[in-house]
Amino acid sequence: MENNTIYTAKDFKSDQYVRWCPGCGDHAVVNTLQKAMAELGIPPHMTAVISGIGCSSRLPYYMNTYGFHTIHGRASAIATGVKVANPELTVWQITGDGDCLAIGGNHFIHAVRRNVDLNIILLNNKIYGLTKGQYSPTSDRGAVTKSSPYGTVEDPFIPAELAFGARGTFFARSIDVDLSVAKEVMVEAARHKGASVVEILQNCVIFNDKIHSFVADKEFRAERTIHLKHGEKMLFGKNNEKGLVLDGLKLKVVTIGENGVTLDDILTHDVTDQDGTLHRMLAMMDGHELPLAVGVIRSVEAPVYDQEVKAQIESVRAQTNRRTLRDYLLTRDTWEVK
Amino acid sequence: MLEQTKVKTLDKVAVRFTGDSGDGMQLAGNLFSNVSAAIGNEISTFPDYPAEIRAPQGTLGGVSGFQVHIGKGVYTPGDQADVLVAMNPAALKTNVAYIKPNAVIIYDTDSFTANDLEKAAFVTDDPFNELGLTGMQLVPVAITSMVKDSLAGSGLDNKAVLRCKNMFALGLVCWLFDRPLDQATHLLKNKFAKKPSVLEANIKVMTDGYNYGNNIHATVSTYRIETATAKKGIYTDINGNTATALGLIAASEKSGLPLFLGSYPITPASDILHELAKRKDLGVKVVQAEDEIAGVCTAIGASFAGNLAATSTSGPGLALKSEAIGLAVMAELPLVIIDVQRGGPSTGLPTKTEQTDLLQALYGRNGESPIVVVAASTPADCFDMAFNAAKLALEHMTPVILLTDGFIANGSSAWRIPEMEEYPEIVPHYVTPDLLEKNWRPYHRDTETQVRFWAKPGMEGFMHRLGGLEKDSITGAISTNPANHQKMTDIRQAKIDYISKCIPALEVLGNPDADLLVVGWGGTYGHLYSAVEKMNAEGKKVAMVHFNYINPLPANTAEVMKKYRKVVVCELNNGQLATHLCSKIPGLNVEKFNKVQGQPFMVSELVECFNKLMEE
Repeated sequence: MENNTIYTAKDFKSDQYVRWCPGCGDHAVVNTLQKAMAELGIPPHMTAVISGIGCSSRLPYYMNTYGFHTIHGRASAIATGVKVANPELTVWQITGDGDCLAIGGNHFIHAVRRNVDLNIILLNNKIYGLTKGQYSPTSDRGAVTKSSPYGTVEDPFIPAELAFGARGTFFARSIDVDLSVAKEVMVEAARHKGASVVEILQNCVIFNDKIHSFVADKEFRAERTIHLKHGEKMLFGKNNEKGLVLDGLKLKVVTIGENGVTLDDILTHDVTDQDGTLHRMLAMMDGHELPLAVGVIRSVEAPVYDQEVKAQIESVRAQTNRRTLRDYLLTRDTWEVK
Repeated sequence: MLEQTKVKTLDKVAVRFTGDSGDGMQLAGNLFSNVSAAIGNEISTFPDYPAEIRAPQGTLGGVSGFQVHIGKGVYTPGDQADVLVAMNPAALKTNVAYIKPNAVIIYDTDSFTANDLEKAAFVTDDPFNELGLTGMQLVPVAITSMVKDSLAGSGLDNKAVLRCKNMFALGLVCWLFDRPLDQATHLLKNKFAKKPSVLEANIKVMTDGYNYGNNIHATVSTYRIETATAKKGIYTDINGNTATALGLIAASEKSGLPLFLGSYPITPASDILHELAKRKDLGVKVVQAEDEIAGVCTAIGASFAGNLAATSTSGPGLALKSEAIGLAVMAELPLVIIDVQRGGPSTGLPTKTEQTDLLQALYGRNGESPIVVVAASTPADCFDMAFNAAKLALEHMTPVILLTDGFIANGSSAWRIPEMEEYPEIVPHYVTPDLLEKNWRPYHRDTETQVRFWAKPGMEGFMHRLGGLEKDSITGAISTNPANHQKMTDIRQAKIDYISKCIPALEVLGNPDADLLVVGWGGTYGHLYSAVEKMNAEGKKVAMVHFNYINPLPANTAEVMKKYRKVVVCELNNGQLATHLCSKIPGLNVEKFNKVQGQPFMVSELVECFNKLMEE
């Protein structure tokens, strides 16, 4: 859309009082999203923000765009309808780990599989906040919560793995406290044509405080995370002295200058690689042996559902003279009563 | 068999084609009804097919039937058939209940071997005697062997040859009822345009069947059927599902809005999805969703984005959609939900008909959640009611449930192709630019109709947020204020109640000075009307009202209902409309006639019931 207006974050801010708990990671997300939208320059009236139910799903109320706070788990399906009905709109889906991966898991994987042009922002705090503290499908095995007083006995989803399993074309990750990466991945998600999944590791200060602190705390972040950028070497560490290499079929951390390792040995990130093997390996790194990856991990081109729907209708219409219902009805088997 | 042929002149005649579900009985029946309609008969058809796609050949579970009723004054497919075509013993056995005592039975002798009889669980070698079929006019025809002879040297393989058996039966029946073959030939040419060898074989076998009938004067009676005097125009044969799909397209044209369908396959509603998926030539957008919930949710998203949005389903699917329908109630978005009712509860009887979803449609949601509920009464009426459902949804910003059923969805009738000028414009309640100067808020509404203004994403200046949480009555912001919730609950109800002023009044049919008022709704119209007409012809005084609009009820409902000494509500459920009427009309007393067998009413049982009530 041609548009010369310069927008600021304020243009995307609604007049509603923000009701999240003080210290909640969601505050940073909404502010960053408004900045990302300003940078994208798409007018507020051409933007629709769709959410399900949960703390994070309150977000549309704080945006001065078209918004729809729907029902639990169904945001992917409703957003799909919005985008197919009007492909000119930029459609964002705001969702949480319970909304998206438990009750809404089916709609999520199918929106990703179809590659509907949605920007899905998944705020992952590994807990149900709005219902006051039950474990979610991303809670770690053994997590002690209100509904698992003796610890959970089930393994969590890794959102990236699920997105890739659903043949996702775009996956990015950031941490709520790292505003610049969060804005970067939101902008890239919007620019990607197709279903973009952005996982934001978000802190629930009340029910799951510090759940991401192992990677999110400033004192460890440089050592335990790696900011991946397309076309650049996979480097991390306080002085970017560490890097990732392939050792057989596995990723390994090396230090430049040690054991004869040079910069040339370090892997270069390619978000466009159709073969998602390396993307998956990067996305599965968790900050322990290997650094947790933030930034855009995968961004590949593929046919986009809403555009395909539109194109198919246009191509069928180009091959027929039928323009009205009556035109069609008269092509059926008919007889005349005189 | 070879007695002198008698020619009977009848008002109407019902023919039932039955065979294995792979025998092409639906096609034969369809062609016969089309041919009859083309020569001026009224038609009504009813396919009766099993839930199994291909049960083992020759078994009772695999029998598929198609009943065609033709003539003058035809409102139903007929209680019982005058002619039964039975391609095998299983078909005979499962259909004896649906034929008249002196019916003509045409059967394929080649398929009545000991082995075939055993598959159909006959214990003797005389199936007719075993079934107690005396007084029937039996017409044994070696259909299979004659078809093989007819197509010897055609180059078709044995399987393809056998698939033409239905055309032999069709040709024979066409002779029996004096139908020329040109219209059937024309229809076959359209159907098999891309398969010339199959087309040629079908036409040859059909012609041979016709000539065979002529040569042997195949039965004791041939029939001449009265033609009806229909309104001038171009006609087509249409079933309820297709009519529903096309009614939505008409509404899309009249409102100037793109049509969006979000749907998930379910029997017996899937043909709506199929028809609209084909209508890309008219710009229809269809999403086959991952489940029923996504079907309605994609539609709600499309409605939010400014399309005419619909979802199609049957009872189990409606249950899954109920939470999302509540969202559309709360967000006050237009939405059409089509429920093609089938036997329930649970998976129930997927291919059979019932009216058991009325209370689900009216009340099956959490909270005080009023919506519009309408019903279609005949296959052709599905077009009008789909149109009207869309009009109400768009003009009143509300979900509307349209109830049809398996009987009218799959049954067909002749339908005059309308001129679109015959239908009213649809004018959605959009925001207008001047509202921005008047400090527009998303829940501002028309003070009379209570309808809020529709602002579609993409419109500058009207950005707003909707949602399932209770809204402030003006600003649309989240509100938990007790008085506001009461106010919004009242507004949502008043908005639906107002619609009673926008729908047609209830019309009394039959004899208005009657002793008995017959009440029905939806797909039972044809049977009820036939029964009432029959009784009035016999000098009894019977009146009838039939509901197309169920919530809200037509404004004159109480007045009409209270005028009659005796009222009987007839439904294919245990009394759901009766319950609804009694709850809305204080002091109303009704008799009930209910049937829950997965089958439509029979005119005869209705007449019997009404006579009994009048004697009491």
